Amino acid sequence: MPRRRDAVVRRGMRHVGRAIVEQPGMFTLAFLASSLYGGMTVASAYVLGEVTDRVVLPALDDGVTSAGALTLAASAILGVAVLKILGILGRRLFAGVMGYRLQAEYRRRVTGQYLRLPLSWHQRHPTGQLLSNANSDVEASWFFVAPLPFACGAVVMIGITVAALVATDPWLALVGLVVFPLVFVVNAVYSQEMSPRMRRAQQLRAEVSEIAHESFDAALVVKTLGREDVETRRFTERAEELRDGLVAVGRVRGLFDPLMEALPNLGTLAVLLIGAGRVADGVTDPGALVSIAYLFTLLALPIRAIGWVLADLPRALAGFDRVTPVLDATGETPHGTEVAVAGTGGAGLGVRGVDYGFEGATRPTLSGVTFDVAPGSTVAVVGPTGSGKSTLAGLLVRLVDPGTGEVLLDGVDLRALREGEVSAQAAVVPQGTFLFDDTVRGNVTLGADVPDDEVWAALRVAAVDDVVRRLPEGLDTRVGERGATLSGGQRQRIALARAVVRRPRLLVLDDATSAVDPAVEARILDALRGHPADRAERPSTVVVVAYRQATIALADEVVWLEGGRVLARGSHEQLLAEVPGYAALVRAYAQTEVAA
Amino acid sequence: MTTAVAEHREEGALATLRRGLRMMPEFRRGLPATFALALVATAGRVVVPIAVQQVIDRGLAGPGGPDLDLVRNVVLLCAAVVVLTVVAVYRMNVRLFRTTETALAGLRVRAFRHVHDLSVLHQQTQRRGSLVSRVTSDVDQLSTFMQWGGVLGVVSLGQLIVATVVMAVYSWQLTLVVLLCFVPLAIAVRFFAARLAVVHGVVRERVGDVLAAVSESVVGASTVRAYGIRERTAARLDRAIDRHYRAQVRAQRVTASVFVSGEFVAAVANVAVVVVGVLLGLDGDITPGTLVAFLFLVTLFVSPVQTASEVLNEAQNAVAGFRRVLDVLETEPDVRDPAVADPATARQLPHTPLGVRFEHVTFRYAPGARPALLDVDLEIAPRRRVAIVGETGSGKTTFAKLVTRLMDPSCGRVLLGDDDAGWVPLDRVAFASLRRRVVMVPQDGFLFDATVADNVRYGRPGLSDDDVRAAFEELGLGDWVAGLVDGVATRVGQRGESLSAGERQLVAVARAYVADPDLLVLDEATSAVDPATERRLTHALDRLTDGRTTLTIAHRLSTAERADEVLVVDAGRVVQRGSHAELVDAEGPYARLHASWRRSSAGEPQPAG
Repeated sequence: MPRRRDAVVRRGMRHVGRAIVEQPGMFTLAFLASSLYGGMTVASAYVLGEVTDRVVLPALDDGVTSAGALTLAASAILGVAVLKILGILGRRLFAGVMGYRLQAEYRRRVTGQYLRLPLSWHQRHPTGQLLSNANSDVEASWFFVAPLPFACGAVVMIGITVAALVATDPWLALVGLVVFPLVFVVNAVYSQEMSPRMRRAQQLRAEVSEIAHESFDAALVVKTLGREDVETRRFTERAEELRDGLVAVGRVRGLFDPLMEALPNLGTLAVLLIGAGRVADGVTDPGALVSIAYLFTLLALPIRAIGWVLADLPRALAGFDRVTPVLDATGETPHGTEVAVAGTGGAGLGVRGVDYGFEGATRPTLSGVTFDVAPGSTVAVVGPTGSGKSTLAGLLVRLVDPGTGEVLLDGVDLRALREGEVSAQAAVVPQGTFLFDDTVRGNVTLGADVPDDEVWAALRVAAVDDVVRRLPEGLDTRVGERGATLSGGQRQRIALARAVVRRPRLLVLDDATSAVDPAVEARILDALRGHPADRAERPSTVVVVAYRQATIALADEVVWLEGGRVLARGSHEQLLAEVPGYAALVRAYAQTEVAA
Repeated sequence: MTTAVAEHREEGALATLRRGLRMMPEFRRGLPATFALALVATAGRVVVPIAVQQVIDRGLAGPGGPDLDLVRNVVLLCAAVVVLTVVAVYRMNVRLFRTTETALAGLRVRAFRHVHDLSVLHQQTQRRGSLVSRVTSDVDQLSTFMQWGGVLGVVSLGQLIVATVVMAVYSWQLTLVVLLCFVPLAIAVRFFAARLAVVHGVVRERVGDVLAAVSESVVGASTVRAYGIRERTAARLDRAIDRHYRAQVRAQRVTASVFVSGEFVAAVANVAVVVVGVLLGLDGDITPGTLVAFLFLVTLFVSPVQTASEVLNEAQNAVAGFRRVLDVLETEPDVRDPAVADPATARQLPHTPLGVRFEHVTFRYAPGARPALLDVDLEIAPRRRVAIVGETGSGKTTFAKLVTRLMDPSCGRVLLGDDDAGWVPLDRVAFASLRRRVVMVPQDGFLFDATVADNVRYGRPGLSDDDVRAAFEELGLGDWVAGLVDGVATRVGQRGESLSAGERQLVAVARAYVADPDLLVLDEATSAVDPATERRLTHALDRLTDGRTTLTIAHRLSTAERADEVLVVDAGRVVQRGSHAELVDAEGPYARLHASWRRSSAGEPQPAG
């Protein structure tokens, strides 16, 4: 147990050091300001003592004073106060900037990693976790920075105080030498007691949130089966555990707060007790007694700042521990230097001996997949659920890299191509569509400079032009977060237009029309087939993951995927005749669709 | 909007608190005792100034020279008070935490339950995230605030009062001087509060922007990569992060100025106390100890102001969160269980097969909006299997929601029953009876993160694993469930993600099957299902619907072909009704739908003849 605490303290100090190293300038400024504040706090106590000795006591005991003495006293008090205020202002502003800069900097680094790391990394990490890594975890990592310079200033202040105490009266210094270490001990015990409780509360918060998420997502099931009471019981159980956890946290804090306040007060009283004797002996004057007693009162707050930093360190470390794996994650997609053939027609595609396995999976998702797609041809990838179709689609446009084997675009390994080259040549419409919180135009062009008539042409191919025309602001209509204002089918079609507008030489459709009515899908497929001809170009190469016969019938060739292997290739008719599995699958689907 | 959540934007913090206290009975329990302890707690803060005064005036400057015995007694007495204060504050804190956490847990649970009663939950699925915040982060924020700010607030207030009383006992003139110094500050605090509210409001808004940008980069990860728009996304992120940073710095500037204003006023008060005190002291109205004690007491005035500037932001966040939770709680559910709302008139459904009757039913999602259903008047006989077809937005889903009473019609009424047993208006049926007899299988058969058996049991609690296995067997899914890694004990993962979309449907069908309803409403899934699963599903659905009145919202015409009867909905009206065979041959929308769908399924470019 003590060893673990040492480790926490050591790691905590290293973390504090990290903050200082990252923002040395701001820290220095904040520290200087804080020291000014500390010095002036001590000074204000001395001014008070001097004023007591030289102005108050003579006036009140002997009835003599002068305007000069009063003015001097007033300006001394005010002058010290103004310097102290400058110290506070500087400390708070610079400390604030330091903390916020660290937050912003780490948020940039974390999100930079999100954009840099390969998709396979994303697939291993739940969305919710990544969101909190970039947000609350980063914030928690640097929360302690705000009171840090204050705490460092407090250490300086305590140093000055002890020195002043020793210089004034060693007996009074003794009080300080007892009280200050005690403060540190109480602080240390506090963070020790607090951190496991905080961790538990945080864990319970997450669990409560999980239940709420799940239960609300299940609203329709809960309601139509009349299971609201069951759900409420489930939620109540965890909410009450959380309550107990929070009360446990409160119990520790509830004791710590008054203790931290009582210590300086007891110090002041001890100073009075010892000091009175010293004054009676004539060793110390009443002014010194007053200033030291006052000093203890003023020190109460800065000393607590040390507590704030220490108390927050476990949380900061926990947050930083969650951020570090993101920052340290490697697996950046390396890019080559090759430039793809700048052809205008469809690209040739080659898949050679490709294996792919998800991390931790018992069997590979794809193994030994090999096939070629001739430029300008259309290939349908058909297979039962879980046969690896979507994974294959991702490999073709280098969303993921194969474990072994290679994917060739016009004979060049995708990994050898320069960055940006693949997305310039190929476009994919993934199964789950994603729209940005942007206008329709922005979602189609993705920031590229594309004339409106081409945007409209792409929307027409995707059979969504009528929908967009009816929107209040046409192309300039914002679609809301993740396209919330549109229906699933409309979102899919806009995503399709996004791919079409780029005139890709390779178009990969991963079941990209699943939410579109069959009738509309037919229109889209007709248009896709006719589209390149409209532009008097050779058609793009199209790879389509499909179920519906209409889609399959469009293909020049069908690749039959089962259990991650290509078990057959050929025309639709060929496969129907030769491959029993294929025939069963396609017919089964046709039966449910047509029920002939 | 009928489904909107009530909002009270202009309400002040106090009004929110009053509203909240009404809704949190736990909160009031034991509160007087807590406040009594708080008063004791503040005593600890004034004993030091009193001790200073006593020591200086009576201990050191006593008539017979320094009186060290008196000093010792005073100091020991005060130390005892300080220790007592620690105990009192500790007791107060624990009481306060326990009361508030209990009250907040109660609030959380009530809000959770209430959200389930609101139709907004299933009507506006995109708002689910924000509803989750109502029972999580909003309440968390309140609790955090209560643990920091709440205690500080109570103590600060007590501290001001006790300090003023002690001052007044010592010297009313000096008390007046000190109060005069702090009055301008008290007035300025209102202005500061408004200013702080604005800058912190901006910070909150920017946090939202950052979150939205981060979530795009994560959720849209594959799109960002596939389209090579990393730089554009990075630029958006950096801009959001930078704007957030600048808002934070601006807020810090304002907070710091408010903070030091207290410090400055304290210095002015000190000067005033010294000058006025000395002048008063010349006439012998004041002792040195009193004057010094005043200087100590002034510090007690400063810290509440500084505390206020620190906790104000948290307080505003907490109050805003509180308000949002209360708004949800105060939103009347638009569909209420008659057994709760009006037990006298609540009725049970007759124990006969159920028919459905619509009497001139019109439904609008919002007053004045285009009706989603218009004057629908029809009757469906018990045990019929009816398919409802129509284009997206034609009103078929609305139809299903009205039958299951997820919503009530704007005009007209829906009844269940039959001619022999009588017809019961749906809005009179107790939920316990309704949910037992009428079950809906929604489009995405949502699964909980539990085992297959647990998910099936959700339809009927208390079933054993063997019962669940038997149910799958009866549905013709025995081989499928046996093929799972752990059979019915297989965990399905979050939202059932370890299963395919089609397999999730299978479990949902089993869940509806064990619920054993008399009236079944199926919203057919549109998501892609692989053909083998599709076949299983069709088969299981046949078993499920056998002998039950079934309304299916059909997205595939094959479903319509198998139904006893087809209802064609178009623009909110039932435009055709009959069997598939009749409708295909008749002129009308059904024949057209059928032709276009056949064409796409068969992959023939020309319309089928």
